[in-house]
Amino acid sequence: MDVPVRRLSPKYKNLLIYLSRYWTLYLLLLLPITFFIVFRYIPMTYIQIAFKDFRLDRNIWQMSVAKDGPFQYFQQAFKNRDFIYALRNTLMLNGLDLLFGFPAPIVMALLLNELAFKRYKRFTQTVSYMPHFLSWVIIASLSNQLFATTEGLVNIWLRGVGFDPINFLGIPVNWVFTYCFLGVWQNLGWGSIIYLAAMTSINPELYEAAEVDGASRIRKVWHITLPGIRPTMVTLLIMNLGRILGSDFERPFSLRNKLVYSVSNPISIFTYDYGITGMKFSLSSAVGLFQSVVCVVFLFASNAIAKKLGERGVW
Amino acid sequence: MGDWIIAFVCLIVIFMCLAPMLTLLSRSLSDPRSLLRNEVTLLPKGLNFNAYQTILSDSMYTRSLVWTAILTGICMALSMFMTTICAYPLIYDNLKGRRFFNAMILFTMYFGAGLIPNYLLYNDLGLLNNPLVLIVPNCLSVFNVIIMRSFLFGIPDSLRESAEIDGAGPIRVLVNIYIPLSTSVIATLTLFYAVGRWNGYGDALFYMFRNRDYYPIQYLLYNIISGMQNIDPGQTDIPMGASDTYKAASVMFATVPILMIYPWLQRYFIHGVTLGSEKG
Repeated sequence: MDVPVRRLSPKYKNLLIYLSRYWTLYLLLLLPITFFIVFRYIPMTYIQIAFKDFRLDRNIWQMSVAKDGPFQYFQQAFKNRDFIYALRNTLMLNGLDLLFGFPAPIVMALLLNELAFKRYKRFTQTVSYMPHFLSWVIIASLSNQLFATTEGLVNIWLRGVGFDPINFLGIPVNWVFTYCFLGVWQNLGWGSIIYLAAMTSINPELYEAAEVDGASRIRKVWHITLPGIRPTMVTLLIMNLGRILGSDFERPFSLRNKLVYSVSNPISIFTYDYGITGMKFSLSSAVGLFQSVVCVVFLFASNAIAKKLGERGVW
Repeated sequence: MGDWIIAFVCLIVIFMCLAPMLTLLSRSLSDPRSLLRNEVTLLPKGLNFNAYQTILSDSMYTRSLVWTAILTGICMALSMFMTTICAYPLIYDNLKGRRFFNAMILFTMYFGAGLIPNYLLYNDLGLLNNPLVLIVPNCLSVFNVIIMRSFLFGIPDSLRESAEIDGAGPIRVLVNIYIPLSTSVIATLTLFYAVGRWNGYGDALFYMFRNRDYYPIQYLLYNIISGMQNIDPGQTDIPMGASDTYKAASVMFATVPILMIYPWLQRYFIHGVTLGSEKG
């Protein structure tokens, strides 16, 4: 039963004209949207495994709720010593990363911004981006060469000037600081890009006025440059705080060794060890869900707090 | 005075970035015996190329290197295609449902299903231990879509509108106007995708561990460095300590391609990173 176009109300007529012009946009979106549905949203329906008992012979919708109640695996997780350690390690490693890794690129950007020799500045920048392009496996192998107790370069030099060698990688406390140091090292140059860009948008007249008033270099940095990059700093701080319970996988997995498992395994490694290696699908998913939810909550909370304090926020 | 202090601090940063790579290079080129005696620091001792010869004759290593190059090429092309066709429609402000699409895409950046739900899905889809799992599930990054979208937003609407008056449809406008004007962002995102694929191994570890034929190079390196996999020297009289030079050489080989490329794209990726921070 065809309805002739001219009998439609003007609203539908406009829609048809609109679609005849722009239907190709929807055609273009078809593939990406399918991608997001299949590989991002359908996995979310599999989260129900966290509340159910896994059975190989049934599909996910047919499995029955865990026999001790839907939250059985969440309770199990919080009674699991490995998980408690993983939780602590995640907070500890991310906290230290925030403490050292957040200010380091800012300092780097300030240095580069103050560097008077232009060509030298460009060269420093290019070189400092390099670690960002190394994979964590490669960084792990570099760190073994540099920090190994007997044959590591740093310890060879330390012995050369008469110090005792330091066991950087085999003692948990030292390993944690090596881990942080490598994070700072990897992100120092790359992280500074964003701040340098923010600095170029500061009005140069401010510096000229300060010059006239006889302000020293340090005062100019303190009163002009730092306030100028403040919105960028806040945005990145929010993102970092939002990720405080998130965890990288490849970084700790590549850098860890048997002697430091007590501090090197964050939640990401826990879910891998228990889930994929140990086939404890429900427990591992419960932990993963806990982590995702807490991350979202943290992100929204830190964004809200930033806005309360009068900052721009992330969105 | 202040200038020189700053210049000196920058020199330390340069040294800290270059020294590890220099050590790696000199270890790969040194005589294994001087390596064992801890004589190799920044410069090679007993210069030779045996380690490189050996790793290049190891079929598993070379195969993985070639496969990773092919894989990276495929991922780059597919990802750029997907990123472009995802970002472009979203800049039309009269696109009905734009807010919905934007929200749907952004949400996945903040909330992910997690490792095991993905693992079970790939199992159901038959992707486990299938090389496709290294290509398809991560072929589109929301962050890169946002960068692309911000860039396309910066191209004046008037160009698009005048082409539309001439009767060009959205696809013609994309191909003839937007893509030629977007070479810088395309270069940047291609680099991001390429580096991500070349350097990543988590997905191979999670979903590909039984299919040894298609290990990407970084996963193979992980196994080599952690001692689970040895380079096969193909001869019997291997000097002591040679495996350390093999390790250094194999790492060197997997790193150099990216280190050769990135300095040339510096101008572009600086722009890309800046765009990424301006999202909203």
